Amino acid sequence: MWKWLHPYANPEVSYHFAGKIIPWLSALAALLLSIGLIWALAFAPADYQQGDSFRIFYIHVPAASLSMGIYFGMAIAAFTSLVWQFKLSDASAAAMAPVGATFTAIALFTGAAWGKPMWGTWWIWDARLTSELILLFLYLGVIALHNAFEDKNLAGKAAGILTLVGVINLPIIKYSVEWWNTLHQGSTVSKLGKPSMSVDMLWPFLFCFLGFILLVSVIICIRFRSEILARNSIRPWVRTLVSQQLAQEKANDV
Amino acid sequence: MSVANLSYRAVFSLVLKRDLTIAMRHKDDIINPLLFFVIVVTLFPLGIGPEAQTLSRIAPGIIWVAALLSTLLSLDRLFKSDHSDGSLEQMLLSPHPVFILVLAKIVAHWLITGLPLILIAPLLAVLLHLNEQSYTALILTLLLGTPVLSLLGAIGVALTVGIKKGGVLLSLLVLPLYIPVLIFATSAIDTASLGLPYSGQLAIIAALFFGSLTLAPFAVGAALKVSTN
Repeated sequence: MWKWLHPYANPEVSYHFAGKIIPWLSALAALLLSIGLIWALAFAPADYQQGDSFRIFYIHVPAASLSMGIYFGMAIAAFTSLVWQFKLSDASAAAMAPVGATFTAIALFTGAAWGKPMWGTWWIWDARLTSELILLFLYLGVIALHNAFEDKNLAGKAAGILTLVGVINLPIIKYSVEWWNTLHQGSTVSKLGKPSMSVDMLWPFLFCFLGFILLVSVIICIRFRSEILARNSIRPWVRTLVSQQLAQEKANDV
Repeated sequence: MSVANLSYRAVFSLVLKRDLTIAMRHKDDIINPLLFFVIVVTLFPLGIGPEAQTLSRIAPGIIWVAALLSTLLSLDRLFKSDHSDGSLEQMLLSPHPVFILVLAKIVAHWLITGLPLILIAPLLAVLLHLNEQSYTALILTLLLGTPVLSLLGAIGVALTVGIKKGGVLLSLLVLPLYIPVLIFATSAIDTASLGLPYSGQLAIIAALFFGSLTLAPFAVGAALKVSTN
């Protein structure tokens, strides 16, 4: 596996690879999201108890799962960077942090909008909501730490340590609805084989979920590319790339 | 006897004694966070009103939040002066495991800031009309919880010690990690005030304590190596 992976340790190869997969991923993401969202918002049956307001589920649940998934990805990147000293892992962790923070915020806001009609309140200090809020603070701390160091290498290492310390929060969020019986409902989708929701509701969800995963991958790839460029700005290949780009723009202007 | 042959216990007590001696020569380092703690707690009855019932209801939260904040204030001195005069680098370069050195420094920090806080907390609890049944719970949660604050806080300080304006950043990094301690400690005190058993919450705080005791010094060591570069 190392033989197959080692070319990607070179920033230039990774940069071009990410550039190649972006169009494919974004086309797929657009397709899945448009099918999934239209199906979910317009055609899926309304919930017998919650009516139409349950439809926010199709955005809330993918955003919440991704907020944890991205953190997990960031933790893996931080771990590989600290153990094997891959510089690109730092770049990818730095690329993931703001995306994860955004999705955590989306999960919190859609959750509040869903909570108002269902629970009668925007916010409640329930275990899952609180731990998700802590996740947002952790993301913001990681981003702040990335920005605080002049030296990107040190910033990556410091933020990596903080990321790994914060991993302890993930199982707490995941199992909070089982450990503490609170207002937040239990998991409906992930009971494999026997999901506790009807199939007409489940299919659009799967489309939305995959679509959001692909969307996140596209955004992370784009940010990853710009992180690579920023970190390697003195390398010759970046310089030739920039000069080519400039020449092309000039040609287009004329 | 050369320094390289010292046993782990000798290294630990050496660093501990050194830090305690330094703290004793700068007594305001001990007194100022404590004063801050007292003043923050006094602000609440003034801001909320002196009704005994309200105060006794919110006393656990006030005492714990004030303890968090005053620990946060005192964290800076954990590594900062050692970092600026270079002795931190010498410690990291020494042949002894960083784990022991860091642990000794954290224990010293707790003895200087955590312990006085625990000693003065019952007095403040009287001022806030805390339920009589909750005193044991208050002391027990503080005894188990304040070391966790020192241990987790040390990670934050170690990460920010090399940065010039690390103060605000430190609170941003450390406070989210403090939230679980706060939740379980105040819930234990509240449960105690109802006369119910609170051993469950205490067990969780104890788990946090032992977890951070074994893992945090590693994280602090790694972070210090990054910060001193």
